[in-house]
Amino acid sequence: MPKKISALMLGTALALAAATGAVAQDKNIKVGVLTDMSGLYADLGGPGSVIAAQMAIEDSGLAAKGWKIDIVSADHQNKPDVGTNIGRQWIDVEKVDIFVDVLNSGVGLAINNLAKEKNVVMINSGAATSDLTNAQCSPNTIHWVYDTYMLANSTGDALVKAGGDSWYFLTADYAFGHALERDTSAVVTKAGGKVLGAVKHPLNTADFSSFLLQAQASKAKIVGLSNAGGDTTNSIKQAAEFGIVKGGQKLAGLLLFITDVHSLGLNVAQGLNFTETFYWDLNDQTRAFAKKFSERSKTKAMPSMVQAGVYSGLIHYFKVLEANGGNPKDGAKVVSLMKNTKTDDTLFGKGEIQPNGRKIHPAYLFEVKKPAESKGPWDYYKLVGTTPADKAFRPLSESTCPLLKK
Amino acid sequence: MTTLSTSSAGNAKPNALMRDEMWAFLVMTALLVAVPFSGIYPFFVMQALCFALFGCAFNLLIGYGGLLSFGHAMFLGTAGYVTAHALKVWGVSPEIGIVLGVGASAALGLITGLIAIRRQGIYFSMITLALSQLIYFIYLQAPFTHGEDGIQGVPQGMLFGFIDLSKPITLYYVVLAFFLLGFLVIYRTINSPFGEVLKAIRENEPRAISLGYKADQYKLMAFVLSAGLVGLAGAVKVFVAQNASLTDVHWTMSGEVVLIALVGGLGTVFGPVVGAFIIIAMQQYLASFGQWVLVIQGVIFVVCVLTFRRGVIGEIGHYFKRSL
Amino acid sequence: MQALYAQLLVGLINGSFYALLSLGLAVIFGMLNIINFAHGALYMMGAFVAYFLLQYLGLSYWWALIFAPIVVGLFGVLLERTMLQWLTGLDHLYGLLLTFGIALIVQGLFQNYFGSSGLPYAIPDLLKGGVNLGFMYLPIYRGWVVVFSLVVCLATWYMIEKTQLGAYLRAATENPTLVRAFGINVPRMITLTYGLGVGLAALAGVLSAPINQVRPLMGADLIIVVFAVVVIGGMGSIMGSIITGFALGVIEGLTKYFYPEASNTVVFVLMVLVLLVKPTGLTGRAA
Repeated sequence: MPKKISALMLGTALALAAATGAVAQDKNIKVGVLTDMSGLYADLGGPGSVIAAQMAIEDSGLAAKGWKIDIVSADHQNKPDVGTNIGRQWIDVEKVDIFVDVLNSGVGLAINNLAKEKNVVMINSGAATSDLTNAQCSPNTIHWVYDTYMLANSTGDALVKAGGDSWYFLTADYAFGHALERDTSAVVTKAGGKVLGAVKHPLNTADFSSFLLQAQASKAKIVGLSNAGGDTTNSIKQAAEFGIVKGGQKLAGLLLFITDVHSLGLNVAQGLNFTETFYWDLNDQTRAFAKKFSERSKTKAMPSMVQAGVYSGLIHYFKVLEANGGNPKDGAKVVSLMKNTKTDDTLFGKGEIQPNGRKIHPAYLFEVKKPAESKGPWDYYKLVGTTPADKAFRPLSESTCPLLKK
Repeated sequence: MTTLSTSSAGNAKPNALMRDEMWAFLVMTALLVAVPFSGIYPFFVMQALCFALFGCAFNLLIGYGGLLSFGHAMFLGTAGYVTAHALKVWGVSPEIGIVLGVGASAALGLITGLIAIRRQGIYFSMITLALSQLIYFIYLQAPFTHGEDGIQGVPQGMLFGFIDLSKPITLYYVVLAFFLLGFLVIYRTINSPFGEVLKAIRENEPRAISLGYKADQYKLMAFVLSAGLVGLAGAVKVFVAQNASLTDVHWTMSGEVVLIALVGGLGTVFGPVVGAFIIIAMQQYLASFGQWVLVIQGVIFVVCVLTFRRGVIGEIGHYFKRSL
Repeated sequence: MQALYAQLLVGLINGSFYALLSLGLAVIFGMLNIINFAHGALYMMGAFVAYFLLQYLGLSYWWALIFAPIVVGLFGVLLERTMLQWLTGLDHLYGLLLTFGIALIVQGLFQNYFGSSGLPYAIPDLLKGGVNLGFMYLPIYRGWVVVFSLVVCLATWYMIEKTQLGAYLRAATENPTLVRAFGINVPRMITLTYGLGVGLAALAGVLSAPINQVRPLMGADLIIVVFAVVVIGGMGSIMGSIITGFALGVIEGLTKYFYPEASNTVVFVLMVLVLLVKPTGLTGRAA
């Protein structure tokens, strides 16, 4: 059974409810944090996402108003079928109203279908696939933080404009890698750059030397890494060994997170370019959130953008529910209300949710600092460029989402 | 060298044996039929039934043919992908989807079987493992499987045009029916002359050959039959999970089915069914503990091999001097 | 053409790992008749021990090359004494199942405590940098891996094929009862052999630590490839498994250059071809 964390002082809530005489039937909400608790992405989401969800519930202040909000969380082990099983059971037995985090594209798409079928809400802040708001968009899903299209778009465009006009790709040989390469190539070409070639490597490759030699021989200014997770960190590490960056080429990670930089260390990661939509050291508000977050984190880690997305998405969800007096059971209706309300929170700033479920906000291109430039733990990024919200994501005119055709 | 301790008492008292097994079968069926009225979550039982069939089909090979396949996930996954693709992209009816899935697995079984049965014992296990890894990489790269995303949102449809599989209770009985069908096919096979020859080959291959049996042909037939039945489990599982993903082709799945059969009892008729329920229940209840599931599975492997080689059903049968 | 030389050389590097691991498997199989499924997990432990030595005791890479195989080898001895020895006389498949279970436990525990994404391990200062060979830029560390593993493989071969101890080992494989009659403690030899095989895996782990992230699952997929290598080479001869290991690394390297899409399947395809032509493997005795 998923671990139940009663986020609230239940007694107080009930006492309050009793005192005001309100039957809080429609003010019961159950939040399901479905994430990778122990695998490759556990640092990115995992227990940190549960903390973020708890913080959102506390900061919403709804408990004091007599709402009863519970959290369940579980580990989907990055397996779509495990995710579906847990999800279905959560909806049928635990009566979960909203899924958050749901990182891993496979699991994300599976829950996307399930949420639509059972009419609950998913605010996905972890999956990379842009299909969630494109071909497979759903009236029950909001895609919060980032997607592959945005990453390709922001990183590709900004780097070409900064002079990186010839590219060579190291691409993980499966659907996800192909999509990243395809999207980035399009952006690079559009911005006036040239793609000199690409080499496909198998998923979970231990040794990148062959591929790096080919990238080196291409003499491209930018080596784009269209891969993820262990493949990305391994290729970065071995690129340092083969002197790729020293030889004057730049590495661009197309899907890379602060947790990866943390595990690589600045020595290896310095000089990397990539896009995120949240960084803990962006402004006073993000720093305040990050401080509270890291105090509660077991490893004293700073929040990743996925965890920040869990917080920010839930804050918006609670705000909209409060304005409408609760009643979370009709998922599609709640999502449409959320789309009709502009978003504004401390972490991602002002933004909105497009009709296809895409939440838009600015995207930031970062470069990883040199060890000498870093002032302390988790001080990793230099801001290189910002893409405004309306330019960062896929334009609605290009979206194939069926919801837009109404 | 002793063979794997399977507890088929075999030649002793065939009538009494059949009677015990019939009673056990009736009890099992009655319990399973009653599940929807018990308040147990039906999707859990459906999943366990798919794995039970998976385990029984695997067990046919190890328990009665002495062949330990460490690559059976490839058949489960193949049927899953083919059925899911046929249902979703080609829009075929459920029965056609299942037939295609089973057919694909059996065909793959024929090809891989021809290669794998060229070696025996440990080599056979390593070869099946390597072959399934080959298949895994092919599926990872093939466009129709959608890589890590898998085939999602597979429609359940109307079986034979009038049975609505999107209703959980209906789906439950359909899954149960397929499970019982597969189970009876296996049971019938074990007790047929074909099954007897298999056992003879397991006990002493050179002697069986000298008696004129073409051992390789028998082993190949058993392999294909096992692959096809695993395919049935994989195809039916698509209707339960509504997706097909790499999980089902990965080597960890091959390990899981070995564990299911080992816990229940290698070479027992009902062992894999019990094993499947134990293992799936464990995964359910430990889902939030993540990798601890793997550790616990490992511990079960070690404990079973060191102290409990007959498995649950095997030990019960041994205690009562009965074969189950 | 230049690129081809580079790929050949790079292939040798991967081949070193295949050779070290398949050599360990062959040594263990020869003596214990067990296919050690835990080999990949023990390889991973080797890398982790190197990491711990550096992190907690400040012992450098060079010490790790000595201590990690010893520590993991002792762990192997413990496994053999407490578990594997009870399987003597049972079907070989039980050894496979038992070591599979051990692999799951070890990998699962490391995943729980150290996550999946891995820990960094730097290249030792002495081996940093690279040399320009004209046709490629060769990181010195990679060259070191090839040379060092070649030396270790040959030394192991020499010990088993040419020394007195090796002669006992080989004899005990053929006929344990007879060797026991000569007053040699066969069970102890079995234990030490398992420790030796495991130590080789750990050594490969230390070698790979600076190249890869030190990850709990670093050996999980690798071991399956090594199984295929072993099936191709046959486990009958020590030299056979060394040569097959290096050769397959080179073939894989070439595939990465000419047809990278197939680079992760080429070893398995070769295995199928070898099985069709010569089922006992290239150097194997009839089963």
